[in-house]
Amino acid sequence: MSTFWSLWVIVLTLANLALIIWVLFANRKVAVDDQTLPENKTTGHVYDGIEEYDNPLPKWWFMLFIATLVFSAAYLVIYPGMGNFKGLADWTSVGALETSEAKAQVQFDETFGKYRDMPIEDIAQSREALKMGSRIFANNCAVCHGADGGGNFGFPDLTDNAWLYGGTPEKILETLYNGRQGVMPPQGPVIGEEGVKNTAEYVLSLNGLEHDAAMAAQGQKVFNTVCMACHGLDAKGNQILGAPNLTDDIWLYGSSREQIQHTIRGGRSNQMPAQKDKLRDDKIRLVAAYVYSLSRQDEEQQ
Amino acid sequence: MTTTVAKTGPVPDYDYDIVRQFTIMSVVWGIFGMGMGVLIAAQLAWPQLNDLWQPFSHFGRLRPLHTNAVIFAFGGSVLFATSYYVVQRTCQVRLWGGWLIPFTFWGWQVVIVAAAITLPMGFTTTKEYAELEWPIDILVTLVWIAYALVFFGTIMRRRTSHIYVANWFFGAYVVTVAVLYVVNNLEIPVAPFKSYSIYSGTKDAMIQWWYGHNAVGFFLTAAFLGLMYYFVPKQAGRPIYSYQLSIIHFWALISLYVWAGGHHLHYSALPDWAQSLGMVMSLILLAPSWGGMINGIMTLSGAWHKLRTDPTLRFLVVSLSFYGMSTFEGPMMSIKTVNALSHNTDWTIGHVHSGALGWVAMISIGALYHLVPVLWKRREMFSVKLINAHFWLATVGTVLYIAAMWVNGITQGLMWRAFNVDGTLTYSFVESVVASHPGYIVRLIGGAMFLLGMLLMAYNVYRTITEKVNDARSDNTVHAVPVA
Repeated sequence: MSTFWSLWVIVLTLANLALIIWVLFANRKVAVDDQTLPENKTTGHVYDGIEEYDNPLPKWWFMLFIATLVFSAAYLVIYPGMGNFKGLADWTSVGALETSEAKAQVQFDETFGKYRDMPIEDIAQSREALKMGSRIFANNCAVCHGADGGGNFGFPDLTDNAWLYGGTPEKILETLYNGRQGVMPPQGPVIGEEGVKNTAEYVLSLNGLEHDAAMAAQGQKVFNTVCMACHGLDAKGNQILGAPNLTDDIWLYGSSREQIQHTIRGGRSNQMPAQKDKLRDDKIRLVAAYVYSLSRQDEEQQ
Repeated sequence: MTTTVAKTGPVPDYDYDIVRQFTIMSVVWGIFGMGMGVLIAAQLAWPQLNDLWQPFSHFGRLRPLHTNAVIFAFGGSVLFATSYYVVQRTCQVRLWGGWLIPFTFWGWQVVIVAAAITLPMGFTTTKEYAELEWPIDILVTLVWIAYALVFFGTIMRRRTSHIYVANWFFGAYVVTVAVLYVVNNLEIPVAPFKSYSIYSGTKDAMIQWWYGHNAVGFFLTAAFLGLMYYFVPKQAGRPIYSYQLSIIHFWALISLYVWAGGHHLHYSALPDWAQSLGMVMSLILLAPSWGGMINGIMTLSGAWHKLRTDPTLRFLVVSLSFYGMSTFEGPMMSIKTVNALSHNTDWTIGHVHSGALGWVAMISIGALYHLVPVLWKRREMFSVKLINAHFWLATVGTVLYIAAMWVNGITQGLMWRAFNVDGTLTYSFVESVVASHPGYIVRLIGGAMFLLGMLLMAYNVYRTITEKVNDARSDNTVHAVPVA
């Protein structure tokens, strides 16, 4: 703030407070001189039958007013408020934040620090670590992936063993740190509406769902020339590209005929946001271990 | 001793047509706006209700309709009615302004209907309490200029030497709302119903809350204090308690309120100095706010017995109690450490409604019950029992509403900032939503009771106006005030 605007703020603030104090004291004095028996006197004004007494200010109210003024004056001396004057305490909201973050950092290093170098597989064995991981998950990931990690339409289920980009600790960390950009390009313009419908029947057949065999046979030809580039000839997908397995009856965008046609025709675009600027390293590792443990629940139980 | 009573001539031929029109529309818009409130309260308890008629019935579109309808349609109509009534009677002169007077009525109704159409359609500037798009803003401004001309034109032609305190408050509200509304709504139109604000970022936020808090401060507080200064002494038949208190709390209130908006932006990108000033000025505002409550309630001293028999007076007095409570709560919530807990929780909504239901609506209802028999030359309201029933519905409804929001707000504030020893947050957001669900249902019940009271009022007003046998005085307030 320039000196002019700083002065502007200071002058306006002080002028307003001075005006209030003047009004308060000036009118109070009138009352003392004027009102020997206020109970019996009105100001003499009558408006539509309404008269006015001029009782003195209630003492407690006057003291309350003074108290708030004194408090405020002290506050403006100690804390920033008067333009560029920083206040005697040298307090800033940024400074307060940094102080409490630094304090938290020290505290959290004690709890999280040891996970910074521990392998994910080992973290996933610690009941205490998983509990912390689940809380971090609940506050950061559950909005999309669901409180139980079970996913939603467009948001992958993290509790099964089907992975778009791989379920090894390294791959999970990579996903968490950098996020993912999933793109299925629209095929409608490439293969035509006929091709879309036939390919959808083929995809249905791959999952053992009800389908039209003749159309599926036509669709297979399209698949083997276009779709196989990403999803592979066996349609089992490609984790390097994030191309899903189309044979496991697990669906990100629905398994109905219309939904599959829609996906093929118009494509899909999806984003897992990168967490590296949002969560600390040790927290990301805890979440990774939690997600890793989710997908292995079945195995562990067996 | 000098007197300000008009020295000669009969009581002027007051213009009651405009007051009657706004009185009727106050009841109509009150029911409409509060009905919207009950609907969106139900949506918060049961989100499926958003799907009644998508996208028009979505909470995000109906919530601004609710706030605009209760503040500007209901509150605005009450203020037009009462300020036109009070300024004539306390200045002892007929309303000045010719065609400007009906223009304020019809213009304002067009604004409200336009809001009720465009907001559900999704046209919005996204500024809270200033959502209306630019063509409607222009109409609002024209109506307001006409209103200012009528109001101050009447004051200029008054037959009393002094200006009554009620008119100070009405005057401050007319002038300040004009400034606030125009400055906050400066925007660049790009299409018939699309514009961009000329402000951006933190500056936009500060201007918005300078406006937003003074929509509360001047529209919902100063103006209704004006209303209070007429109807409380009139209904109680007692002189105002303290003239000097009026002077002090008027000047302190109107000069401090404009600073306080910064407290809506605590712990934000707003510079520290502006946050501090927002907090400090809000704290100093406590005593001036209470000045109005003291002057209102102490005016009743010596007439407390009337409360037993007069439910209209009870509305006025209880509204002052809620006013005192919410103007204590407000400065407390503006303290940064308290705000750290209350900010973004339902506590804020509860605070707003202890003011909006407890103070604004209740004092309006009291004033309307006083006005209707006068305006239609009736001896009294059709049914005093119904007024009494309305009083209890409104009081219990308000208490349920604000208690539910206190519980919810403090629960949310505590849950959101609860940490485990390991540094992780104890609760996820959705857990606080689950914990709030019972409070949302209690709030809905409270709001529905308040609405039910308004329906009783509509019936009571209708019967009073249409009843044939109830006609009595030509002006039944003339002898209402005994000499003190």
